[in-house]
Amino acid sequence: MTTTTPSLTFGPVLFNWKPEAWRDFYFRVADEAPVDTVYIGETICSKRAPFFVTLFDEVRDRLVAAGKTVVFSTLSETVLKIDRNLVESICAMEGAEIEANDASALYYLRGRPHRIGPLFNAYNEETLRALAAKGAHHVCAPVELPGTSLATLCASAREANVTVEAQVFGRQGLALSARCYHARAHGRTKDSCQFVCENDADGLDLTTLEGKPVLAINGIQTMSYDYLNLIAEVPALAAMGVSALRLSPHSCDMVKVAKMFRGVLDGAIEVAEASRTLDGLNLSAPYSNGFFHGKPGYSLQRAAD
Amino acid sequence: MTTTPSTFTRPELICPAGTPAGLRAAIEAGADAVYCGLQNATNARNFPGLNFSVKELTEAVAYANARNAKVLLAINTFPPAGKFDLWKDAIDTAARLGLHAVIVADIGVAAYAARTYPELRVHLSVQAGASSPEAIRYYCEEFGVKRVVLPRILTVTEIADIHRQIPCEIETFIFGNIGMMAEGRCSLTNYITGISTNMDGVCSPAADVRYEETADGTLTTRLGGVMIDRFGCNESAGYPTICKGRYTCAGKSEPYYAFEEPLTLNLSSLLPDLMRAGVTALKIEGRQRSRAYVKAVVSAYRKAVDDIMAGREVALDSLIALTEGSKESQGAFRSKTWR
Repeated sequence: MTTTTPSLTFGPVLFNWKPEAWRDFYFRVADEAPVDTVYIGETICSKRAPFFVTLFDEVRDRLVAAGKTVVFSTLSETVLKIDRNLVESICAMEGAEIEANDASALYYLRGRPHRIGPLFNAYNEETLRALAAKGAHHVCAPVELPGTSLATLCASAREANVTVEAQVFGRQGLALSARCYHARAHGRTKDSCQFVCENDADGLDLTTLEGKPVLAINGIQTMSYDYLNLIAEVPALAAMGVSALRLSPHSCDMVKVAKMFRGVLDGAIEVAEASRTLDGLNLSAPYSNGFFHGKPGYSLQRAAD
Repeated sequence: MTTTPSTFTRPELICPAGTPAGLRAAIEAGADAVYCGLQNATNARNFPGLNFSVKELTEAVAYANARNAKVLLAINTFPPAGKFDLWKDAIDTAARLGLHAVIVADIGVAAYAARTYPELRVHLSVQAGASSPEAIRYYCEEFGVKRVVLPRILTVTEIADIHRQIPCEIETFIFGNIGMMAEGRCSLTNYITGISTNMDGVCSPAADVRYEETADGTLTTRLGGVMIDRFGCNESAGYPTICKGRYTCAGKSEPYYAFEEPLTLNLSSLLPDLMRAGVTALKIEGRQRSRAYVKAVVSAYRKAVDDIMAGREVALDSLIALTEGSKESQGAFRSKTWR
């Protein structure tokens, strides 16, 4: 069986970065990062969105001029009127490719080509077929889906003319809530948050009573403390037919991260060498890859040969 | 259909049935309908010793039918690719046994049910996390969903607002565990234990839970090696789940409940408001609970609903004793400041 080399993507920035930092990140991505597709948009909190929406045009233009495919990601949890308005306005963007992260986006997108994001539950071949029948042509798998199921999903995706993406780098979104845990940590509520989440570019770490850091808070989202790193699993992902590998943006040198994954995909850099470079990023937390191997998500397993 | 001189319709009381004995207890205590699951990963309470064999389910339907009660089957987890047949079998079983409805969350499972058994009544599980009118309409229009179980994240005012904008019935939780995370969108248990709430139907599996007592009477609770909380000898320890644990973070001097304290949802005082908001069915959580607990809670709520319908005063003090650590909450339902 011949396999095509997977493409490389940047998922949407999940954190509340300063608007200028957010824009400059994408300008640098346009100029330097060897990724094919870039997802942009606010997926966590509609209160943050106004700061970024005004920058969409210049960021998109710069990325497109650099040859990147640009996809707009929708909000993951839609409850309030402002959430609903945000989803509706993103889905109404003329000529834009959209990644749906909840069913209210699907309400608007069904019947025309669109993508399914990792925050929408697409766990199996029947779900994939049902979504494809309504226009989904690309699905990013949920972070907790084990590699064995991912392989089965890829096989049925080929029959349905759907391509499959999987996250390979960055903190993993583990849960969503209506309550803002960033606001709660500061004695505030979601309505009175004063955007305290902007102080934590990679999330706010939570540590157990015996001093072990385990989770990270990002507004209404709870994330893994550790960073997913599937560099050693890249050959296995390519062999099972995963079409795109997603790097989830952090404040570390993401261009270097992209270059390592690109190098391994192209056969220009050995996995061991890329791993050493990624180990040298000086992240605040260790790497993990448990979910892919069907083990506790926080664990680090040796890649199968 | 009975109505009072005011504006609301008599709501159905939907009660948990973890075992055949629990099912009988709930129906005897006045449940209009019970919900249960099969003994496998197809439902979100896949615990050892809980749930129904096909034979038990067959008998349960007969028992309920004879007493004018309905049986709903929760098939509300997310099949991982390659294992879908187990969920197909569950839908087939529900259709064959003539269950009143199936409660589903996964798009693939909903599509299979709608395609294979167009006459089978489909309810959208809380696990689907449909929290906006558009999301609910999507499921109604694509899969013929007749009722949505709303996430426990909405205020009563918001529920009333949703009611006006959707073509299906609303079922909402009124008592039991408060899920802090959006249901169906939480991988915390899998992250720590390797068992997935969405795919295996287990949150905080008992096999991974540890209680450690030290000489001074301090009790430490753990899940899969991660410390969840620590209790003094005079405190009552809650069952350890990650979202009810105590943590520290930068900028906070004391450990705190980062997500929520162990509380029980009790909406008894909001019942008339919920009924006025257009809620068709009131749901009690707790298939994992004892028969005695189910009997007590269902009886109290049966009386409360009947009292409201008859225009009588409601007294629900007896329920407070059943709540975890005797602390109760109205969760998100009362006010948006909960968020």
